[in-house]
Amino acid sequence: MRHLLSAADLSRDEAVQILDTAAQMAATQSREIKKLPTLRGRTVINLFFEDSTRTRISFETAAKRLSADVINFSAKGSSVSKGESLKDTALTLAAMGADAVVIRHQSSGAPHTLAHAGWTGCAVVNAGDGTHQHPTQALLDAYTLRRHLAGPGDVAGRDLAGLHVAIVGDVLHSRVARSNVQLLTTLGARVTLVAPPTLVPVGVHTWPCEVSYHLDDVLAGGPDAVMMLRVQRERMAGGGGGFFPSPLEYTRGYGLDARRVATLPEHAIVMHPGPMNRGLEISADAADGPRAVIVEQVANGVAVRMAVLYLLLAGGGATRPTSPDDETRIPA
Amino acid sequence: MSPDSAVPHADIPGAEVLGPAEIARALTRVAHEILERNKGADGVVLLGIPTRGLPLAHRLAARLAEVEAGVDADAITGSLDVTMHRDDLALQPTRVIGSTELPPGGIDGRVVVLVDDVLYSGRTIRAALDAMSDLGRPRAVQLAVLVDRGHRELPIRADFVGKNLPTASTERVRVLLSETDGRDAVLIEGPTGEGR
Repeated sequence: MRHLLSAADLSRDEAVQILDTAAQMAATQSREIKKLPTLRGRTVINLFFEDSTRTRISFETAAKRLSADVINFSAKGSSVSKGESLKDTALTLAAMGADAVVIRHQSSGAPHTLAHAGWTGCAVVNAGDGTHQHPTQALLDAYTLRRHLAGPGDVAGRDLAGLHVAIVGDVLHSRVARSNVQLLTTLGARVTLVAPPTLVPVGVHTWPCEVSYHLDDVLAGGPDAVMMLRVQRERMAGGGGGFFPSPLEYTRGYGLDARRVATLPEHAIVMHPGPMNRGLEISADAADGPRAVIVEQVANGVAVRMAVLYLLLAGGGATRPTSPDDETRIPA
Repeated sequence: MSPDSAVPHADIPGAEVLGPAEIARALTRVAHEILERNKGADGVVLLGIPTRGLPLAHRLAARLAEVEAGVDADAITGSLDVTMHRDDLALQPTRVIGSTELPPGGIDGRVVVLVDDVLYSGRTIRAALDAMSDLGRPRAVQLAVLVDRGHRELPIRADFVGKNLPTASTERVRVLLSETDGRDAVLIEGPTGEGR
């Protein structure tokens, strides 16, 4: 793995490897001393052209816990507001000796361009680009699903085979939904998208998932997890932007409340990538109830991002399948 | 180095130097040495370094429990992964991270016996000492290895050695254990053996 640009690039084995590594990282985070020396001397640049709280803080925490140097860059207050291009920004960062760039950009494909245009030699991690991809969010969702639902005992090495996940809400604007559909399917889960017809993207029939317009019908089918999506009103013109008649009507049709949570199977969990619009797509009862793992998702985000940074930056090449008897290696 | 000038095993790829009986005997002796040195098993904790140090730690703990009354083998055994503390991460392909699980009582104030299969450069043990300092403060740290093959690159030595094995640095020592590999053996592979 050279870059992490899209959830679609990951094979089942690669994804399981990231989840297993994340589990070991999570174990280190319950210790008194959480910092590891693993990436000492490496530099990670957080390049954020779009607003973000939890993703940026999560990446910053992950890099610092691995002892990497972190440089935060946000478009506001930088030369980008003076009109500097992505290329010139990238060349500047490369000149500063970055080993990895974590990029969030409002344009779909910006991380891909940064990785493949030859401007820098560093590893590129996509932290969300436009309405395209958000692979680390999908990985932390998969990690959370596996931890709760992949069966009793040790879940290391397992995938999500046999699980049914409903992803509900503003699919059209959601890079989280797109990445999750691809990753969860790769891991063997069955995904159903639930949204009003106006918030389903064109071409969704080519995605490896089912689509429904009726939340109650899908919940009656007994999904193992319900993932609520934020209604991205900043990407819609005006209040509902013509995508739905009124917030109240959206809530009635597609909001998760205590009544709907009560229809879920005993073991089912409620997820949300955050930030939540309480009262719109999810009620306070559902968000704070015992089924909700929303806060845990944030904590798992740090472990998953530590795993991604470790796998991209720590080694000198491809991953070995098992750790060898280390003392018997031949010095180069 | 030419095969002629190496130790006698060098020209036979995969020559077996220890069999199951020898390994069992060596571990029994090491277990008794641990008890002698520490005047019993009181406060002793065995930490195995994954992958093959861990089953060795379990076997040693079982022997301690046989000899000393009141010793619970599981309660004094743990694993210590050193991957994230290694100094050669950037020189090698990405390593898979193993698990670290301390015994219930932790390691503070205990005598920790690190257990590994082969002692070679000493760099794994250096990493283990660093990893341990993040987890607690043992009263003392001792090192038990099944095979000491020489060629140290750091001022580190083992307290308990199953077998001293003079080797050439071009040779490869492989420890096989029934828990991980299906059988017990220590092999020396010559410069022409697999893994070159």
